[in-house]
Amino acid sequence: MSRISTGLLVGLMLAFAPVAARAQQKAADPAVIAKGEYLARAGDCIACHTAREGKTFAGGLPMKTPFGTLYTSNITPDPQTGIGTWTSDQFYRMMHNGRFPDGGLVYPAMPFASYTQVTREDSDAIYAYLRTVSPVRQLNKPHELTFPFNNRSLILGWRTLFFREGEFKPDPGKSAEWNRGAYLVEGLGHCGMCHTPINALGGSSQSQAFEGGLIPMQNWYAPSLTSNKETGLGDWTIEEIVDYLRKGVSAKGAVYGPMAEVVYNSLQYLNDDDVRAMAVYLKGLAQRGSPEKPSTPLPSAESSLLLSFGKPIYDRECASCHGATGQGMPPDYPPLAGNQSIQMVSAVNPIRMVLNGGYPPGTSGNPMPHGMPPFAQKLSDDEVAAVVTYIRTAWGNRGEPVSARQANELRAATLN
Amino acid sequence: MAARVLACAPCHGAEGEGTSDVYFPRLAGKPAGYLYNQLIAFRDGRRKYPPMNYLLEFQTDDYLKKIAEYFASLRPAFPPPVPPVDSKEILARGEAIVKNGDPQHGIPPCSACHGPALGGMEPGIPGLLGLRAAYISGQLGGWRYGTRTALAPDCMQVVAGLLTEDDVKAVAAYLSSRPAPADPSFAPRGSLPMPLECGSEPH
Ligand code: HEC
Ligand code: HEC
Ligand code: HEC
Ligand code: HEC
Ligand code: HEC
Repeated sequence: MSRISTGLLVGLMLAFAPVAARAQQKAADPAVIAKGEYLARAGDCIACHTAREGKTFAGGLPMKTPFGTLYTSNITPDPQTGIGTWTSDQFYRMMHNGRFPDGGLVYPAMPFASYTQVTREDSDAIYAYLRTVSPVRQLNKPHELTFPFNNRSLILGWRTLFFREGEFKPDPGKSAEWNRGAYLVEGLGHCGMCHTPINALGGSSQSQAFEGGLIPMQNWYAPSLTSNKETGLGDWTIEEIVDYLRKGVSAKGAVYGPMAEVVYNSLQYLNDDDVRAMAVYLKGLAQRGSPEKPSTPLPSAESSLLLSFGKPIYDRECASCHGATGQGMPPDYPPLAGNQSIQMVSAVNPIRMVLNGGYPPGTSGNPMPHGMPPFAQKLSDDEVAAVVTYIRTAWGNRGEPVSARQANELRAATLN
Repeated sequence: MAARVLACAPCHGAEGEGTSDVYFPRLAGKPAGYLYNQLIAFRDGRRKYPPMNYLLEFQTDDYLKKIAEYFASLRPAFPPPVPPVDSKEILARGEAIVKNGDPQHGIPPCSACHGPALGGMEPGIPGLLGLRAAYISGQLGGWRYGTRTALAPDCMQVVAGLLTEDDVKAVAAYLSSRPAPADPSFAPRGSLPMPLECGSEPH
């Protein structure tokens, strides 16, 4: 190597030294990296940023939206195709303000609207951890969005309506535990991304935070976490909420559908204190006391027919696991009597459970879950409607009847 | 274990014996390593059948291994083979491919990997008897059209790609006409020539 080029190299190295030194200094602290790994779990980065059978954090997972398909990014430290050249400032700006290093706008499918609440210190820890994962050279796949959604400037409108930048501000009137729970649920946990009605632009509306909504393209309904009308959390003990979030099964119900993914990839890895804090916060969101009965129109001739037709089907096909009176055998088989998650106004969840069956996720607290068989082949639309009507209205349950048409429509729902 | 896998019973039978639906395979008595590879392939979407991809999506390797071992250990009776409806010529063509392959078209004999008695080889190669014709041609079609893939190198994709529609029909007709042995006996690991490399059956 000639003198000149060596000199150039040294010059370059000097120019980059401050950045490199800062990155290295962080990377050298194993405690920060471990914390970052834990926080990345709490944020469930892996679920979106890893394709099936793909390399960890190399992105490429398709995310279907009503406007087209987005592909997640490579967030490994590869300098060309990943985020290897990003500084911790640039990373924080992405998490906090949803902007690329060049100022470009990020699609809100990346949950920066929740991550904005994450503290600078926690963002730096996640950054430090991501620098230690194996770099993967894999170009990002271009998004396949329909006009006009392929125009990123449209995100500006969404941001004006729905994005409120700002780190989490603890409420001094509440306990440290409540505040920790709020920080995790509202911030890294991005629970509101599903548990809030999705508006036409694919954002969640703040004014209706945590009030529940149908997840577009997936045909699952995420119940409201705020009121007893949709979730029974007001009647759950802290222990039961902790079991539900961490093991995936509890005395009150089991997780299923998209919630199973959240428990499998994220919540089961959180420590007891943090899950407990989340439970305390969630219980505070739910109001106590008996919820009002939804204004169900008197059962028509059709729905009472469905009901009397539903009981024999239940006794034959379901009672062996869920019990003659819907009491279940928790934690293996969830109770259906008093189970709020099947009585909501939207009947999507119980219909899909009957059609598709399901397994709660395998977790360290429940490594070998029991499963429910799919009934799509065995039961006709009328029979599905009848048995779902039955479980929504028997044993004091307060759900409304469902029609054969609703059952039929969900036969085409995407499974996975 | 039986209670944990009740979710599988409507399609595979309470003891993994299969059901009357010709596309729903028997699971009982197949090599545990083979069943495990299939469960992983369904979970990760490498082998596609949406109702199963969905059920297995959030299960761990350990649990899938236990499920595989459980079904591998069961020995429910086989249904009697269906009397063949195909012509003698078709059955003879099928038998020839299975036992000798078709050197002219580069097709290796199936028995070179699945065993002279077609009982399979431990740990990852299944037997070919006791399967129904529709299922066999469905699987060979799956490999050709990419809805079924095994661990790379995927030797069955190569084999299936060499077969014509008529070959598939002949092989499926012949195999499904043969009675299955009451007790499966797998060739010991590494005991067969294996003309191609298979990711599911590493040396
Ligand atoms: C719900 C899915 C989802 C989750 C969870 C998620 N992301 Fe993303 N992320 C995306 C999508 C989609 C994009 C692409 C956005 C775009 O192109 O505008 C993205 C982009 C990014 C980028 C920009 C990279 C680049 O060069 O394009 C970074 C950095 C990032 N995410 C980090 C994270 C971190 C850290 C976490 C966890 C704390 C996380 N993401 C969790 C969906 C997600
Ligand atoms: C990917 C979408 C999604 C995300 C993200 C998500 N959930 Fe859920 N959640 C659902 C769906 C769908 C259900 C209904 C299915 C069920 O009850 O298991 C649900 C159910 C629940 C329930 C049970 C309500 C009841 O009455 O049975 C609780 C509690 C819950 N989620 C808490 C959370 C928390 C806390 C977070 C954030 C850490 C979160 N969820 C993130 C989709 C999601
Ligand atoms: C072999 C046992 C078994 C049978 C039979 C069975 N289920 Fe289930 N059911 C389960 C298990 C296990 C779960 C939890 C599944 C999950 O979390 O994905 C469940 C979950 C449910 C749920 C969601 C409730 C919750 O909190 O998770 C509904 C609704 C339901 N079953 C209805 C039915 C109906 C209606 C039938 C009869 C048509 C039926 N089940 C038959 C085992 C069974
Ligand atoms: C809705 C019906 C259905 C249910 C429920 C179901 N399976 Fe399957 N299974 C199938 C079909 C159909 C195939 C063949 C798919 C194909 O064509 O590749 C299959 C294939 C398999 C195979 C591969 C068999 C072979 O010889 O290659 C295994 C192993 C398996 N299933 C295990 C299970 C287990 C374990 C469960 C319960 C957790 C289960 N299945 C539930 C329908 C089902
Ligand atoms: C080079 C070795 C090899 C040869 C030759 C071979 N196979 Fe296979 N076969 C395998 C392996 C390995 C598997 C398991 C693949 C997996 O893990 O999914 C398999 C699986 C199968 C299956 C799936 C069985 C089930 O229960 O789903 C069928 C059917 C099959 N082979 C048919 C054939 C036929 C027909 C031939 C001859 C034309 C043949 N094979 C030749 C190695 C071979």
